[in-house]
Amino acid sequence: MSNQSKHPFSKKYWLDDPVHQNRVVRSIYAVCALLFIADLFYSKHPHFSFENWFGFYAWFGFFAYVGLVLLAKQWRKLVKRDEDYYDD
Amino acid sequence: MIEGLNPAWVLILGGVLAPLVPPVARRWYLLAVPLLGLSQILMLPYGNSGVWEMFGFTLVTLRLDRLSFVFGLAFLIAAVIASLYSWHVRDKVQHVASLVYAGAALGALFAGDLITLFVYWEITAISSVFLIWARRTQRALTTGMRYLIIQVGSGLLLLAGIVLHYRLTGSIEFGHLGLGTLATTLIFVAFGIKCAFPFLHNWLQDAYPEATVTGTVVLSVFTTKLAVYALARGFAGEEILLTIGVTMTVFPIFFAIIENDLRRVLAYSLNNQLGFMVAGIGIGSELALNGTAAHAFAHILYKALLFMSMGAVLFRVGTVKASELGGLYKSMPITAGLCIVGAASISAFPLLSGFVSKSMILAAVAEEHHWFAWLALLFASAGVLDHSGIKIPYFSFFSHDSGLRCAEAPKNMLIAMGITAALCILIGVYPASLYSILPYPVNFVPYTTMHVVTQLQLLMFAMLAFAVLMRTGIYPAELRATNLDFDWIYRKLIPDTVAAGATWFAGHSATLGRSLRARRFRLMDGAYRYLGPSSGIRQSPPIGTAVLVLMAVFAVFVLLVLAT
Repeated sequence: MSNQSKHPFSKKYWLDDPVHQNRVVRSIYAVCALLFIADLFYSKHPHFSFENWFGFYAWFGFFAYVGLVLLAKQWRKLVKRDEDYYDD
Repeated sequence: MIEGLNPAWVLILGGVLAPLVPPVARRWYLLAVPLLGLSQILMLPYGNSGVWEMFGFTLVTLRLDRLSFVFGLAFLIAAVIASLYSWHVRDKVQHVASLVYAGAALGALFAGDLITLFVYWEITAISSVFLIWARRTQRALTTGMRYLIIQVGSGLLLLAGIVLHYRLTGSIEFGHLGLGTLATTLIFVAFGIKCAFPFLHNWLQDAYPEATVTGTVVLSVFTTKLAVYALARGFAGEEILLTIGVTMTVFPIFFAIIENDLRRVLAYSLNNQLGFMVAGIGIGSELALNGTAAHAFAHILYKALLFMSMGAVLFRVGTVKASELGGLYKSMPITAGLCIVGAASISAFPLLSGFVSKSMILAAVAEEHHWFAWLALLFASAGVLDHSGIKIPYFSFFSHDSGLRCAEAPKNMLIAMGITAALCILIGVYPASLYSILPYPVNFVPYTTMHVVTQLQLLMFAMLAFAVLMRTGIYPAELRATNLDFDWIYRKLIPDTVAAGATWFAGHSATLGRSLRARRFRLMDGAYRYLGPSSGIRQSPPIGTAVLVLMAVFAVFVLLVLAT
C-alpha cells in the first residue's frame, strides 16, 4: 500500500485541489483591485491625454484581451480545417 | 583572441571542421567554437577591417560598430547557449549546420558592403535548411524545400537589387539606402522576406515548428534578427516600416490564440515581436533605434528560452500539441519554472528583460505622437501576454492534467535554460548592462512609478480577463486543426489550379487544332507532371518545382538588369 501512495499518478499536488485553484484566481482579483486603486496615489506624466483617464491601462488591458479572444474565435470559424488538410 | 580574426569565420570554419574532431572531444569542441567567437567580438576594436580588393570592388568583410556589435554579441551568446542545449545531440549534420549558419549570420552582420552581405545572406539560407531536414521525416523534407525556395528567393531579389543599385550609384557600400529607387525597393523586399513582413511571413510559421528539437532554437535566433539589423542599417526612418511593424504586431496574435502546436504559437509570437522592432526602425529616432536593438537582444534570449522549454517538452513527451498536454509541471517542475521566466520576460513584466526593452519602442512612438500606432502596440502587448505569457506555460505545464508523466529535461538543457533565464532577469533588474552597449547614448529611465504601475495594470487586468474567460468557458478550446494562413495560396490554390487546368486540358485537347495541341500539350503536360496530383508537389520533395520557381525569379532578375 505504501508503494501505491508513492506512485506518481496517485500523488496529490497542491494545485490539484479546487480550493487552492480558487485561491490562485482570487489572488489575481485582489492584486487587480490593489493596482486599480494605486492610480489614486501618484501623479501621471503621460504623452497622451487619454492616459489620464482613471485606470486607463486596467480598462484597456481587460477589454483588449477579451476583444482579441472573441475576435480570434470568429477567425477560427473562417480558417480552421482538418489537421491533415495539407497532407492529402 | 587572434588579431583581426572575424568571429564569423571562427564559427564557419569551426563548423566545417567539426566532423573531423574525434567523438570523445566533440561536445567540448562544439562549445569551445562559439566561446572563441564570443571572446573575439569582445576583444576586437571598432572599425573596418578584413578589406579585400576583388574585381575592382572594395569588400569590407568586418565592420564592427555599435549597431553590429549589439546584434553580434546577442548572436554569439545565443550560439553558446544553443551548444549547451544541444550537448546530447550526436547528429553531425546538425553540428555543422548550426555553426555554419550562426557564422554566416555573423558574417552578414559584419558586412560593410552589399556583395559580402549577399554571399553570407545565401549561406544562412542553405545552411539553415539542414536543421529542418535533420528531422528526417517526409514532412520535414517538403517543408524544408518550401523554406529553401523562399530563402534563396530572398537572396536573388537582394542580388537583383544590388546589381541595379550599383548601376545607378556606382557604390556597393552597405549604409543607409532608403526607399525611392527600384534597386533599393528590391533590397527592401529581400530584407522583408527574411523579416517575415505581412504576406511574406508564412515560411516562418511553416518551417520553424518542423525543425528538430534543437534546430528550432537555433533557427529562432538568427535569420529574422539579421533582417531586423539589415533594415535598421539600410532603411531607418522609412515611415512605411511603422505601418508594417504595427501590422506585424497585431495580426499574428489571432493565429497564435487558435494554434494548437505550441512551437507554431511561438513562431507566430516571434513574428509579433519582430513587429515591435520594425516599428522602432520606422520611427528611426535614436531612442527608437536603441529600442529596436535592445528589444532584439532581449528577444533573442527570451524567445530562445521559450523555444528551449517547448523543445524539452517535445524531447520528453514527443508532442507539443496543446490539446495533448497539461499538468507537466508535476514531471518537469524546473522546466516549467524556467518557461515561466521566459513567458514573463516576453510579456514585459517589471524586473524582466522585455519590460526595459519594449518600453523604449513604445516611448519613441509616443514621442512622435503616433497615437493610433501606440494604441495598436499596446493592444499587441496584451496579445503577447495571451499567446506567449499565458498560453505557452498554462496549456503545457498546468491546465487539465493530461496524465502524461516523464522525466525532467536533461541536465544540459536545464543548464542552457537556466543561464538564459538568468540573463533575462539580469537585464530586467540591471538595465544598464544592456543600455551601455546600445548604438546611441541612453537617457531613458524604465523604472518610474507610472510605468511600473500602468504596465502591471495592463498585464494583470489582461490576466484577469483570461481567468474570467476560462471560468466562463468562453476561452477557445485547444483543438487539433490546421489554420489556413497566407501559405494556402502557394500550397493549395496555385498547385490545385494548375493541376485542374492541366487535367481539363488533357481531356479537351482532342478538340483543338493539331499543331496547337501538340505545342500546348507539351507545356501543360510538363506542368501536370511537376505539379499535378500523381507525382506532385505534395508527395515528393518538389525539386522540380523548386527549380522552376528559382528559374522564374532568376529570369525576372535578368530581365530587370537588361532593362536598365
